[in-house]
Amino acid sequence: MSDIAIEARNIVAGYVPELPILKRVSMQAETAKVTVIIGPNGAGKSTLIKAIAGLVKVTSGQVLLKGEDVTNPRPDQMGGYGLAYVPQSDNIFRSLTIRQNLDLLLRNAGAERSSRLNALFEQFPPLADKQHQKAGSLSGGQRQFLAVAMALAVNPSVILMDEPSAGLSPKAAQEVLEHARQLTAQGVSIILVEQNVKQALRLADHCYILADGRNQIDGPAEDLLGDPVVAQIYLGGKRVAAP
Amino acid sequence: MIGLISYLIFFTTVAAILSIAVLGLNLQWGNSGLFNGGVVAFFGAGAYGTLILGGTAQSAHLGGFELFYPLALIGGMMCAGLMAWVVGKLTIRLRHDYLAIATFGVAVAFENLMRNAEGLSGGAQGLRGFERPLHAWLGDGFTYNAIFLVFVLILLIATYRFLELLIRSPYGRLLRAIREDETAAQSLGKDPAKIRLASLIIGSVIMGLSGGLYATFYAFISPQDILPILTFQIWAMLIVGGAGNNKGAVAGAFLIWAAWTASGWGLSRFAPLEMQLYTGSIQFILIGLVIVGMLLWRPQGLFPEKLVISQSGRAKHVKNRE
Amino acid sequence: MIQHLVDGILVGSILSLGAIGLTMAMHMLRFANFSHAELLSIGAYCALVFDGVFKAVYTPLGDVIGPLSLTWALSLAIVISMAITGGSAILIDRLVFARVRAKGGELSMVFASFGVAMIIRNVLGLTFGLKVQLYSQDIVFAMVLSRDPFLLVKPDQIFSLVAALIIMFAFHLVLSRTTFGYSLRAVAENPQLAQVSGINLNRMITLIWIIGGGLAAAAGVFYGLTNQINPVLGRDLLLPIFAATIVGGIGSIYGAALGGFLVGIASNLALLILPSGYSPAMPFLIILAVLIIRPTGLFGEERQ
Repeated sequence: MSDIAIEARNIVAGYVPELPILKRVSMQAETAKVTVIIGPNGAGKSTLIKAIAGLVKVTSGQVLLKGEDVTNPRPDQMGGYGLAYVPQSDNIFRSLTIRQNLDLLLRNAGAERSSRLNALFEQFPPLADKQHQKAGSLSGGQRQFLAVAMALAVNPSVILMDEPSAGLSPKAAQEVLEHARQLTAQGVSIILVEQNVKQALRLADHCYILADGRNQIDGPAEDLLGDPVVAQIYLGGKRVAAP
Repeated sequence: MIGLISYLIFFTTVAAILSIAVLGLNLQWGNSGLFNGGVVAFFGAGAYGTLILGGTAQSAHLGGFELFYPLALIGGMMCAGLMAWVVGKLTIRLRHDYLAIATFGVAVAFENLMRNAEGLSGGAQGLRGFERPLHAWLGDGFTYNAIFLVFVLILLIATYRFLELLIRSPYGRLLRAIREDETAAQSLGKDPAKIRLASLIIGSVIMGLSGGLYATFYAFISPQDILPILTFQIWAMLIVGGAGNNKGAVAGAFLIWAAWTASGWGLSRFAPLEMQLYTGSIQFILIGLVIVGMLLWRPQGLFPEKLVISQSGRAKHVKNRE
Repeated sequence: MIQHLVDGILVGSILSLGAIGLTMAMHMLRFANFSHAELLSIGAYCALVFDGVFKAVYTPLGDVIGPLSLTWALSLAIVISMAITGGSAILIDRLVFARVRAKGGELSMVFASFGVAMIIRNVLGLTFGLKVQLYSQDIVFAMVLSRDPFLLVKPDQIFSLVAALIIMFAFHLVLSRTTFGYSLRAVAENPQLAQVSGINLNRMITLIWIIGGGLAAAAGVFYGLTNQINPVLGRDLLLPIFAATIVGGIGSIYGAALGGFLVGIASNLALLILPSGYSPAMPFLIILAVLIIRPTGLFGEERQ
């Protein structure tokens, strides 16, 4: 665990101070790796990445990005730290065209704007074809790709993704997750919250399991995939998690 | 001396009548979080309804049904309730802005209708031809006014008791639950829209009662009595008294009404002649400052503690809300 | 009939300008701002003051432009007035709304906006007097555009309509061509996503007040130019402007623009069947009709 991209230490966070959802959670994500967070409903998975992104207030604990303290960032300044966050739903501006969505995120790119736009379109050819359509007209899978493209527009070192496969067909879900995996080749670290446990574990490097706002188990994804306890709870057998 | 007592009776009667309207608003705003931007429309519906139903026959406009007074008063209250039902039905499921705008709109439209529809309301001249109840026995003088004040006070206390009971009933708890967390209340299997609509209607019927009494007191109503400023005055009374607190609402009504009449008297007496035209503007600015100032510096109102003492069972709940 | 339609369009353009700013602020800050129409009054009086100042400073500025009663001084004053009114809107937000907002409670904001409206309206009345004022004392005759059907239009009305359309078109270009426009639309659609996309919401609130105040000032001046200026100008236009936002769907900028014209036209056409005394009640009937037929308005989205 030498090259840590982002680290959360003993996070306590919630929407109201009296009712923390995260009671004490720690995690580390290695550079250019996929780290997946799983757990039953209400475990605080989404809250954890929202807390890292500054969308939920951290009342105690620290978030360190490459060793620098970035706890409770203002959400609009997150991009400046090299952090991007992809919400689970409503993660694109439906009333803007695809091109406008990307232009909006690239608005501070200055002279590089058109070259970076072209680079994004190369990475997501279907988006280039439909760039003048309203983003609301895209299919579920394409919306996720647009959302990821928007996240990439700020050249982040870490991308936080909240259930990118939710609501997608199995095939689209697979595509989206595989694409997330490929991003690591560019040096981007991915933190993924997933309900789609089996698929997520197959492509992830490391996995954290949360329950009731606390760490339960963590370890290399392939180990957990083979772990009988995890298998029983999450991979068929008794289903604790929602589908 | 008798002059002073007469004036006090007059003042207390009007303040008590307005207190009833403030209590109605407190049910809507204080307990249900419903914004009523057109209090004066429901007040006016009660006033016009009572006079039209209870008045003597008129040639120029509708009316002259000469209904037995309590029936006329109830009829006026029903007019107010009906109007609230229409507005509420259309807006209560939408974002709260819609109710605010629609109630404000209904007040503008109601005043406009009363001013123009001469056949219905006597137009700008107002509605006359109303015999005050028991007029034949009690005459027009001091005795009548004193007894009318007692009558108003009885209705004020009755309204107060009714609302206190309502707020403590399961329905009242439900109202507050919805105010705190609509989704949670919904998940209990209750339809928040229906419960809020009922609150809007009950509150408006109470405002209608207030309007009916006001019209009875003067035996006259005209569009000048239902100008938007009355809505602001009634709000100021509730905000100063402390929303959610019925005792505070009544105290706020007396306080603001006293301040309003005193400032009007003071301005007309001491303001230079060339400023006389502008005394209304100055009073309006004062009311505006009271509303804004209270919201900025004392949103809980002047009498919030009373609530905690008088309703110790709910003290914790109240603190949480603030 | 045609006369009513044309009058409706002329009034409608003024309502549109007012409604665009109102719908943006109402959507972003989630409260019905009953003080928005007072910005029209501030704009109208502000232009009156600067019109006088410019004329006094340099007399030739008092010359009228072509067939209009509009002077060069007043055209300059419009620009100044838009800026000052935008600034006033921010000031009101800082002094009152931002503080009430910080305490939480959208409904308290509605109360506060009523209080603010009363204060502004009556301070204007105290400052400028309750009497009616005009930008120009010269009588400008209406032009007969056609005799059958009979159609009368004042040059100032045409100027106001064209200027309002130009302002709206310019704003449309900003919305559809610039990343600033995209961010305005983004914030309107999804404030949280806008924030994680790097948009500073507080800065956007400030900008929305500037734009809303500027558009309202233009509307106020155009109203003063084609009708008259008085302290209750805002109060009288408040309900029609609200009706325009509801017709368009709260939050929809294009809906508000279209809604303004529809309310203007409908109110004027209604005068064909109703006595003119009823015109202040017309916007309420339009609101009722929209709520019955299509509560979300023309372009609004379903939301609670």
